[in-house]
Amino acid sequence: MKTFVYIDHFKGEVQLASWEALGVAKSFGSASAVIFGSGLDALVKTAFEFGADEVLVADDPSLVDYRVEAFASTISALASSRTPDLILFPTTARTRELAAMSAMDLNTGVLVDLTDLLLNGDKLVATRPIYEGKLNETVVCSGKPVIATLRARAFPRPAQDKSKSGTATKVEAKTDSPATVEGYEVAEAAVSVADAGIIVSGGRGMSNNPSLTPPASMDEKQAEAWRAQQGFKLIDELATVLGGAVGASRAAVDGGYIPYAHQVGQTGKVVAPDLYIACGISGAIQHIVGIRSAKLVIAINKDAEAPIFKVARYGVVGDLFQIVPALTAAFKKKLGK
Amino acid sequence: MKIIACIKQVPDSEAKVKAEGGQVSWGESPLVINPFDEYAVEGALQLKEANSGTVTALCIGPESAKEALKHALAVGADEAVLVSDAALNALDTQGAARVLAAAINKIGSADIVTFGRQTLDDGSGLTAAQTARVLGWPMLGLVGHMQVEDGGASSPKGIKVHRVIEEGRQIVSAKLPAVLSIVQSIGEPRYPSFMGIRKASKANIPIWSLSDLGIPAPTAFVTRTELITPPSREIVCEIIQGDSPERIAETLADKILAEKVL
Ligand SMILES: Cc1cc2nc3c(=O)[nH]c(=O)nc-3n(C[C@H](O)[C@H](O)[C@H](O)COP(=O)(O)OP(=O)(O)OC[C@H]3O[C@@H](n4cnc5c(N)ncnc54)[C@H](O)[C@@H]3O)c2cc1C
Repeated sequence: MKTFVYIDHFKGEVQLASWEALGVAKSFGSASAVIFGSGLDALVKTAFEFGADEVLVADDPSLVDYRVEAFASTISALASSRTPDLILFPTTARTRELAAMSAMDLNTGVLVDLTDLLLNGDKLVATRPIYEGKLNETVVCSGKPVIATLRARAFPRPAQDKSKSGTATKVEAKTDSPATVEGYEVAEAAVSVADAGIIVSGGRGMSNNPSLTPPASMDEKQAEAWRAQQGFKLIDELATVLGGAVGASRAAVDGGYIPYAHQVGQTGKVVAPDLYIACGISGAIQHIVGIRSAKLVIAINKDAEAPIFKVARYGVVGDLFQIVPALTAAFKKKLGK
Repeated sequence: MKIIACIKQVPDSEAKVKAEGGQVSWGESPLVINPFDEYAVEGALQLKEANSGTVTALCIGPESAKEALKHALAVGADEAVLVSDAALNALDTQGAARVLAAAINKIGSADIVTFGRQTLDDGSGLTAAQTARVLGWPMLGLVGHMQVEDGGASSPKGIKVHRVIEEGRQIVSAKLPAVLSIVQSIGEPRYPSFMGIRKASKANIPIWSLSDLGIPAPTAFVTRTELITPPSREIVCEIIQGDSPERIAETLADKILAEKVL
């Protein structure tokens, strides 16, 4: 089986699930990594290190900024001329759109956000969670190529062999796009809770620290957000010691404590970390559906009745402003940091 | 300005969804407007208020899906259209996109079509982009902020949006007509007013069949072969106790380390 794997990146920062997709492709046969952008030498080398048999690169200054129409057309043209059996994407916001549009161009279907993909003879059978993970379905695609997106952390990441390298194959970029990228806002580090193996999350409880005195000029809502932002520093410290990412509940996002990209749950990200530590989060169903695949959930909440304890393996009933820093200190000591 | 908000009806988040005889069953749980699509409606209403115009809510579904359209009417949509046809039972996203595009063309002269990010049931998140591809209009995904811009006397109007992406916000502009998927950052969806609910209950919602749209039933590329209820994980929470935060933290850290997840 001949598979294309789309390597999703933002200005060279790769969504790590791209390598997981490459591993799946290798297990089926030949794997061609497909990379768009400009000045991509480092990324090309990494793709070879993760096992790509060839790396197809559309290198064009106009592809530095993601624009869905140009990217989708480039994929479709490439697939039309080189006829892969399968095109794999890591599931991200960008790739849902790309897979969607390329499928229209190529007159085929998309198997989205898979947690399993098997090759039975020459038939691909996929498994995906539906109804927010309440059910799983197996699905097949009758079109060709089969297009599929793989959920982050559902498939093993192949080993990286730094000794490998290779030469990229240049392919044609389609640059037509009806949209113009005007720029970016919030130039902070990328947050990818979907890729994270460890997540420490904060909720509305992050603002509940009466011992802090916000600047007098602030109104009530600003003061709440300010308090919570101090609180999130504690979350950040714990996440840093553990080498994890920072997540949040929707209440924390709506309260202006932290940007939307951190939100976990129904209208945020569905995550699958090995360890999820929920601090000051009550555990509303819309939050829980985002952490169903987490392996180990820890809850820190001062309300013993909070529903988050129903999905947690270990819990602490107490004030997060005391427990979280103490936990950070304990891990620092135990992990020798 | 004419705005069309595409919505779907789904079982409520609280519903106990089960596999029964190869079919999805949600018992007596209520069906609601897909929560993500509430942002599509909210965004459409904000566009209408800022630029004057009308909002048409559009849905594919069985006759009972009229209730979801009534929700859109109750919060301020002006009209609603249901596409319903027995031939649409096994629709995949690509088919839904073809049907929606045909309905959007039949409604006619739309400037902006809004969608939610994905549905709660199937969760694919493909339909907006696929509809845009069929229509040949720009796709602006994950919009958290938007502003219509005057194109001047000769040129069509444009729109500038902030796309809420993992890395921050990407600011993108395009000419209208365009397809937008709208996310939470747009603001809380408004609640139905008493007057709105009364208006919606009296509204006449036309039902269009495939022959009204003049298109054949789309063939599905993606088909379900099996439905599985995942094994439920029985978790018993062990509450860590101790006489000081430090002692508790110490014990908790040891428990986590023993699970070998680090
Ligand atoms: C359509 C829809 C979509 C939604 N999508 C999402 C989503 O994607 N993600 C999401 O998270 N929510 C989502 N929600 C919202 C969800 O229903 C809850 O409102 C939200 O998750 C609550 O956030 P929270 O737990 O932080 O806040 P709360 O429910 O207010 O809980 C705060 C918790 O903090 C605890 N606490 C307070 N102070 C302290 C302290 N000092 N120490 C320890 N604990 C403390 C309290 O005991 C409480 O349990 C959605 C809702 C709807 C209707």
